[in-house]
Amino acid sequence: MSGDPKLERIAKGNALALCATGTWTASFAPVLERIVADAEKLAGSPQSIFIDVSEVAKLDTFGAWLIERLRRSLTQGAVEAQIAGLSANYSSLVDEVRRVRATPVVDSSTITITGMLEQIGRAVAGIAGTVAGLVDMLGAVLAAVARTLIHPRSFRLTSTVHHLEQVCWRAVPIVVLITFLIGCIIAQQGIFHFRRFGADIFVVDMLGVLVLREIGVLLVAIMVAGRSGSAYTAELGSMKMREEIDALRTMGFDPIEVLVLPRMLALVLALPILAFLGAMAALYGGGLVAWLYGGVDPEAFLLRLRDAISIDHFIVGIVKAPVMAAVIGIVACVEGLAVQGSAESLGQHTTASVVKGIFFVIVMDGVFAIFFASIGM
Amino acid sequence: MAQEIQNAIQDPIIRVRDITVQFGATRVLDGLNLDVKRGEILGFVGPSGAGKSVLTRTIIGLVPKVAGSIEVFGVDLDASNTAQRRNVERRWGVLFQQGALFSSLTVRQNIQFPMREYLRVSQRLMDEITMAKLAMVGLKPEVAERFPSELSGGMIKRVALARALSLDPDLVFLDEPTSGLDPIGAGDFDDLVRTLQRTLGLTVFMVTHDLDSLYTACDRIAVLGNGKIIAAGSIADMQASQHPWLRQYFHGKRARAVVT
Repeated sequence: MSGDPKLERIAKGNALALCATGTWTASFAPVLERIVADAEKLAGSPQSIFIDVSEVAKLDTFGAWLIERLRRSLTQGAVEAQIAGLSANYSSLVDEVRRVRATPVVDSSTITITGMLEQIGRAVAGIAGTVAGLVDMLGAVLAAVARTLIHPRSFRLTSTVHHLEQVCWRAVPIVVLITFLIGCIIAQQGIFHFRRFGADIFVVDMLGVLVLREIGVLLVAIMVAGRSGSAYTAELGSMKMREEIDALRTMGFDPIEVLVLPRMLALVLALPILAFLGAMAALYGGGLVAWLYGGVDPEAFLLRLRDAISIDHFIVGIVKAPVMAAVIGIVACVEGLAVQGSAESLGQHTTASVVKGIFFVIVMDGVFAIFFASIGM
Repeated sequence: MAQEIQNAIQDPIIRVRDITVQFGATRVLDGLNLDVKRGEILGFVGPSGAGKSVLTRTIIGLVPKVAGSIEVFGVDLDASNTAQRRNVERRWGVLFQQGALFSSLTVRQNIQFPMREYLRVSQRLMDEITMAKLAMVGLKPEVAERFPSELSGGMIKRVALARALSLDPDLVFLDEPTSGLDPIGAGDFDDLVRTLQRTLGLTVFMVTHDLDSLYTACDRIAVLGNGKIIAAGSIADMQASQHPWLRQYFHGKRARAVVT
């Protein structure tokens, strides 16, 4: 019933008529745009112009706007273009688009050297802000701990147990699996290279010291930062987006006490447990490889392990775990509460939570290494 | 045969037949029939939890149905291929209850999103049409560069309507468009829907709880109850109905306040 849109030019004496026919709707928008751009070149001709729309089969906002745009660009100086033959059905639509001011949208995001310098400056200043935010959260959490110690009834046991299940119990399989595999790999590599010097048995020393002091806790902390830190940020962030945290505050609850403290406590309890299980799994994996690949039977392995490591190695490793847990928890909660209204912001802060969490865990590990070296442990 | 001819003349834009929707053991819609005629504003009411939103979501294909058929623009949505379905989807717009604006895009990008996907037109034309749509829904051009998180509830509804209208659809679904707006804002929104319906020749399917909307904006009202349409007709028919829920709805305290 309706064909492709056309705009025919018919000279009528002194005047020029542009007869629009066909369907002037969104589906034909690309064609319409070309037609109108073509006709706009007529601007500046001395003739008076009128646009005849009586033959248009169908008109929508796209068509109406393009006709209006053509009328505007053909109206110059004394010459005024007019729209003729408008049916009653469409006159309100054309009136509607006539009110539109076509304000050009200015895109201000051009890249300049000063702009880049500004961004670098802001990023550097942002580091100080990050540290201040972490210290702030640490203080708020400690204050909440103090309040809870004074009023033990305000402590949220159910919530803590729930989070403990999430971050500890449910994390056991994956943590044990990964540390087991890492233990296997360390033992295999150790045996492969030590064998050349006939020092196969020293792989047990290396495995014991490495796993208990460093790898066990560091690896588990990184996994927890990726697994639970991101979950904390996402949970708190989406609660922030839906104004749930504001709701808590207006009811007279402290979000730190209700949301952050149980999560922090769960994490601080969970990480030593996971680090211990991880270390055991790594030693088991290493022992298995030493037996099957290196020919060190389990009895010899255990004897050697007993000589090689002392309780100090274990303490050095496990002491780090709660501190790392606190760092991961604080970073995750600060990032979660910093989420703004959009989904994009939630994604950015979750990424930042994991990246910063892992970064601070490694920094803390370095600090601990210096500390333990200087006290001779 | 006579019935078929009758139907062809009336030309319903949406034809829902014997729709059954079930979640687990609960049957939400049970053999429901509904016609929406071309060019009308249909108000869809019913008690909370009766399944109004479920029916809307079933028609637009977000909720699977157990039985029944749905035809939109004469296309059976179950029997159609992807291209036909795409074509139907291009001709309808949906305003979700919470707006469902993309939070990482500005208002301008939100409105241009469907155009960018479906039409190959210049950025200039898209910008101009965006401004036209914003003006149509009664928003200032400055709003265009804001993000959804920087808008008020009423503005979100208006932007969401502008996005629903961005491809100039023939049919719009509005899910509680006036909920969460103040009475003046809600009244403005009703007027806006009416005006747009007249200027653009829209068919409007409006789920609502707002009695004012039913009186001022709707041509016809359908009432959902027990998984079926229990009544459909003009506001006068509704008031005359003897159905207990309808009597309470249209003659209750709040209804009298609207009428007087």
